[in-house]
Amino acid sequence: MKIPDLTELALRNLRESVLRNSLTTVGISVGVASLVAMLSLGIGLQQLASRRLVRSGLFDTVVVSSRREMRGMGREEERNGPTPGESRVLDEAARAEIERLPNVSEAYPDIRFMTELRYEDKPHLTMISALPESSKSNDAFEGMQGSFFSSGTAAEVILQKSFAEELLGKTPPLGAPEPSVGELAKPLLGKELTMRYAQRQAAPATQPTPVPAAPAANPASDATLAVDAYSVVSREQKLKIVGVSDLDPESMRGPMRARVFLPLKLAESLHVMQPGDLREISHAASGQPVYSSVSVRVKNPSQVQGVEDGIKKMGFSTFSILDATRSLRQFFAILDLFLGIFGSLALAVASIGIVNTLVMAILERRREIGIMKAIGASDGDVKSLFFAEAGAMGVLGGIVGVALGWAIGQVINFGTNIYLRRQSLPPEHFWAVPWWLVAAAIVFASVVSLVSGLYPAGRAARLDPVQALRYE
Amino acid sequence: MGETLIRAVDGVSLDVRSGEFLALLGSSGSGKSSMLNLIAGLDRPTAGSVIVADRDLAKLTREQLAKYRLHVVGMVFQSFNLIASMTLAENVELPLRFAEIDRGEREKLAREALGRVGLGARMNHRPSELSGGEQQRAALARALINRPKLLLADEPTGNLDSHTGSEIMELVREFNRDLGMTVVMVTHERPLAERYVQRMIFLADGKLVDDQPNIPIPLSAGGRS
Repeated sequence: MKIPDLTELALRNLRESVLRNSLTTVGISVGVASLVAMLSLGIGLQQLASRRLVRSGLFDTVVVSSRREMRGMGREEERNGPTPGESRVLDEAARAEIERLPNVSEAYPDIRFMTELRYEDKPHLTMISALPESSKSNDAFEGMQGSFFSSGTAAEVILQKSFAEELLGKTPPLGAPEPSVGELAKPLLGKELTMRYAQRQAAPATQPTPVPAAPAANPASDATLAVDAYSVVSREQKLKIVGVSDLDPESMRGPMRARVFLPLKLAESLHVMQPGDLREISHAASGQPVYSSVSVRVKNPSQVQGVEDGIKKMGFSTFSILDATRSLRQFFAILDLFLGIFGSLALAVASIGIVNTLVMAILERRREIGIMKAIGASDGDVKSLFFAEAGAMGVLGGIVGVALGWAIGQVINFGTNIYLRRQSLPPEHFWAVPWWLVAAAIVFASVVSLVSGLYPAGRAARLDPVQALRYE
Repeated sequence: MGETLIRAVDGVSLDVRSGEFLALLGSSGSGKSSMLNLIAGLDRPTAGSVIVADRDLAKLTREQLAKYRLHVVGMVFQSFNLIASMTLAENVELPLRFAEIDRGEREKLAREALGRVGLGARMNHRPSELSGGEQQRAALARALINRPKLLLADEPTGNLDSHTGSEIMELVREFNRDLGMTVVMVTHERPLAERYVQRMIFLADGKLVDDQPNIPIPLSAGGRS
């Protein structure tokens, strides 16, 4: 039989016992719907998690440090690489070179220093770090009160909540509920802080300071000595508080984490004395600054490994939370698998429904099968007819099921967001039905139905026409 | 082991010439229907051979037997055997679907065949909306749609009153004479056979007991009503 004829006959046969066939189709739909619902929940959660993580900046950041720092996170590098003394200095040239690597969106120096901030004439000691403008999209600033820096050079600061508590003297005792950010921010926003810091000043290059009594036999060494000197000057800088952040953008830095943030360009222009400067005295005095570490933002978390390898080749130590993302991805793969298995169970039950419906149909249509065979239908014709009926139920069930699954998802998404709003949390879209899932669900439903149709179709095809015609 | 092999047709040797109109007569259980099923290719002989138009049906595959039933044989049954969920036109064109004939051609042939049996006006009716005679005529239309060489009729008038029965028999005779179809009819009504067939075969307990020629009544002047 030709395909269009087959389809037409199959559909009209399905219409003949419309109740039974619709119930079977509904069974498939429910199976497909549960499959789609489970998988789209898994996919949605995964997307939500990776969206969150990407925005957190943790997973697309590689921290680069010079091996001279001897703070390298990888012991293996310490063993295999060049000795710290011989390895490369992480200066502006190196930073620019890293920034030119493929897939790197930016590389900015980590400027962090411990210093004293005065607020209402009370000194507070804290770690300060500089933030590039791209940090504005960082997830950590989502619940921030106030605003981000107005420009890269603005004399402005953002405080971390715990520092704000300290400034106001509101540090809660351990275990007591923390005051809300809004409460803390209100008295602080727009106020001024005074930062006292140590500025390094290169000794003027035109001042060779030769020792008059020294013999002129070694002028070169004298000149070198002169250039390698710099002075440290105590400075003050007034800063305006523009924001108080709820979350901690530096949670991955452990004890080095800062509680006060400056715009990066401002921090660079201040030439603050850095802890590493003393060690790198020969470089620190030159115009080229030396960084203790550089943060590299990679365009996509999946490219972190490649970028890390590239930077290691340049002779630096790197650190990223790549391994954490890898196990996270593994977790979601397993979650999807299990959700898929649970979803498929419903479809498996539905496929038993198909087998049942078709076997019933064979009993009911025994005579019809006999007639068709008597007037010239081959085994193949009968088989394909039943097969087509199973397939049609599968396709219809698949389409209805996907629609149903999508609708269930929307309802749950809607309901959950109402709940989230009640908890005064931002709404989230954690339900995703990608196109491939729609197509795959329909194909899967059809395949399951066709497989379920195998046995009934074979049985119908083998029916003995003489027996079938005798059957009343 | 509990099964006993019943020889429904046992050692029957019969030659049917092309264009013949023949009746298989006998009481129920005489093996006449089994013999018809063998000729129709619905059943296979356990021994011996059934040769129709140079084909030994015993040696054909299931697929070839289906093709044989589709193209060489047309069948009508006592209980009409129309498919209840289909209209007359759909019933009649069903063999053409299996023969993979195009839709347009199918409709044309079905209309012709139904017109030939006088049901041109009832094409879109379902079998249940028709009388027994009309249903059997539709079955005849279906049997002739593939232009078979052989028409096999199993008690075609068994469910009909005598008047309607003779109408059907007239049609069968017309097919035999005008279309040159060989007709093998199974019946237990000897008078019916005597009126229409050219040769009568008597079976009892699966064995051929008599084979006699018959001179049918002349064609009625009016033909079918």
